[in-house]
Amino acid sequence: MAEAFEQAAVALTAIVTDAKIAEKNSAEVSCEAPDVELLLVDWLNAIIYEMAVRNMIFGRFKVTLSDTSLQGAMWGETVDQAKHSPACEPKGATYTALRVAQEADGTWSAACVVDV
Amino acid sequence: MDPARFTQVDQTTWRIEPTGAMRVPGVIYADEDLIRDMDDKVYEQTANVATLPGIVKAVYVMPDAHWGYGFPIGGVAAFDADEGGVISAGGVGFDVSCGVRTMLTALKVSDITPVQKQLADSLYQQVPAGLGSKGAITLDSFEMDAMLQGGARWAIQRGWGKARDLERIEEGGQMVGAQPSCVSDRAKERQRREMGTLGSGNHYLEVQAVSEIFDEDAAATFGLKQDEVVVTIHCGSRGLGHQIGTEFLRDMLPAAAAAGIALPDRELACAPIKSEVGQRYLGAMRAATNCALANREIIGHYARRVFAHFFPNTDLDLLFDVSHNTCKVESHRADGGSRQLFVHRKGATRAFGPNHPDLPEALRKIGQPVLIGGSMGTGSYVLAGAPSSDEKSFASACHGAGRAMSRHAALRKWSGRQIVDDLAASGIMIRSPSMRGIAEEAPGAYKDVGAVVLAAEQSGLARRVARLRPLICIKG
Repeated sequence: MAEAFEQAAVALTAIVTDAKIAEKNSAEVSCEAPDVELLLVDWLNAIIYEMAVRNMIFGRFKVTLSDTSLQGAMWGETVDQAKHSPACEPKGATYTALRVAQEADGTWSAACVVDV
Repeated sequence: MDPARFTQVDQTTWRIEPTGAMRVPGVIYADEDLIRDMDDKVYEQTANVATLPGIVKAVYVMPDAHWGYGFPIGGVAAFDADEGGVISAGGVGFDVSCGVRTMLTALKVSDITPVQKQLADSLYQQVPAGLGSKGAITLDSFEMDAMLQGGARWAIQRGWGKARDLERIEEGGQMVGAQPSCVSDRAKERQRREMGTLGSGNHYLEVQAVSEIFDEDAAATFGLKQDEVVVTIHCGSRGLGHQIGTEFLRDMLPAAAAAGIALPDRELACAPIKSEVGQRYLGAMRAATNCALANREIIGHYARRVFAHFFPNTDLDLLFDVSHNTCKVESHRADGGSRQLFVHRKGATRAFGPNHPDLPEALRKIGQPVLIGGSMGTGSYVLAGAPSSDEKSFASACHGAGRAMSRHAALRKWSGRQIVDDLAASGIMIRSPSMRGIAEEAPGAYKDVGAVVLAAEQSGLARRVARLRPLICIKG
């Protein structure tokens, strides 16, 4: 499930840019929620917050899960409009189409709609 | 959607009869083609909103509707606090008080044409647009709270606007009841360097030409003349509003459960108006509204500065400033009497009809200007609130063209470079930090705005006054 959360964060960045992100700086967040689905939304919103206040974009993520709490780390760089050509700015992760579940083949999926 | 799912009341009125937990009907205003093109989720989301406690009369859905988060975009719902009515962060949206303002330049298209490129470049340099752009204004905690209390009035006091603008802004430019203390430190931190920035997505600043007049009388009152140039700005409360939306959506989940409200969709998280969370959200949401009003006033000031450089004898007059993601306390006739209601408009514009006491004297005989943002290729519209709008939709109308396809689908279909070149060939100059962003916002990704505003007119929500054709588009 932790990897699904990491990949959801990669997908969040893909909404913004197709450019390769250099790993110049890092940030850490922790989240706690009543269930894993809300935890996913909290995690993505924590990244959106870090992006906004640090003026950064992140390309790699590491998640450690413990029940319904999470420690997350992310690596990235300052947004450069010329390099990243950002298509949009995520406003917030939503509860729409929110799903965290284990598929029949044993892999985990983590999904929700992000408002941009 | 299949029109057969509705009771068709007339050519543009489609009713969802209350079933199951629905307390009131849903009413969608659209022509048959628009109904067919809407996703089935608009139907589901309309029916879901109709289950919320304290809802009055009906859930109304505008002709530009598409499926959103909890509420459909283009949804209008009013609640009575005395009947257990709720307030919903999802019913206002993440971009609190996102809206549109249009300013009159009194210049002709022929004045603009010789300097169109330089004007586009200057506006793009002056108005920070897109992710990664930061404004020239940094707010300390004192100024932050003053801004959240004062709205556009604050901006004008600081020299970023003109006092005469205030009567042309909803709420006189300052939403009362704002409580900066209800806004988290995180939300304030997100806004510290965002004042005077456009944002991204579908936000823009456009220089437009009045290309068609539908109602001479109303156009004259609004100051709109054929082939004259206006400036239109579409943006909202930036990071502060987004953070407030995020935090209260989360706070309202347990609040709804504690109040015994069964949510058909978590995105409809809400709290009774008469509850601690409900009151706290109202204080924060009104502060975010002031943030949006101040932001548009500042960007309007930047536009004035650029125009003054190119045309020293020109001043820009504000036609009007509307917000289309809101919850406001308003008096409406319902069930035989006048009631104070909390009207949520999520992607819908207030559209007071003629003689409404809240309109400035100069506009009162015509009705409220309703500013409809189209796509960057197809133009925008100015409407006027219709006399029947109060009865039809709690005085609401559409807010834009409405998306017809996802960003992903648009990206597969169009190239940003090609769109910029095609629009340049037809006299429209685009400036944006992102070619991909332009592809995602391609004119073809939106509904036919002409069909949307015609349906609004035929439904008796607002009548068409003028059509605006883009000349320059600064896209976030």
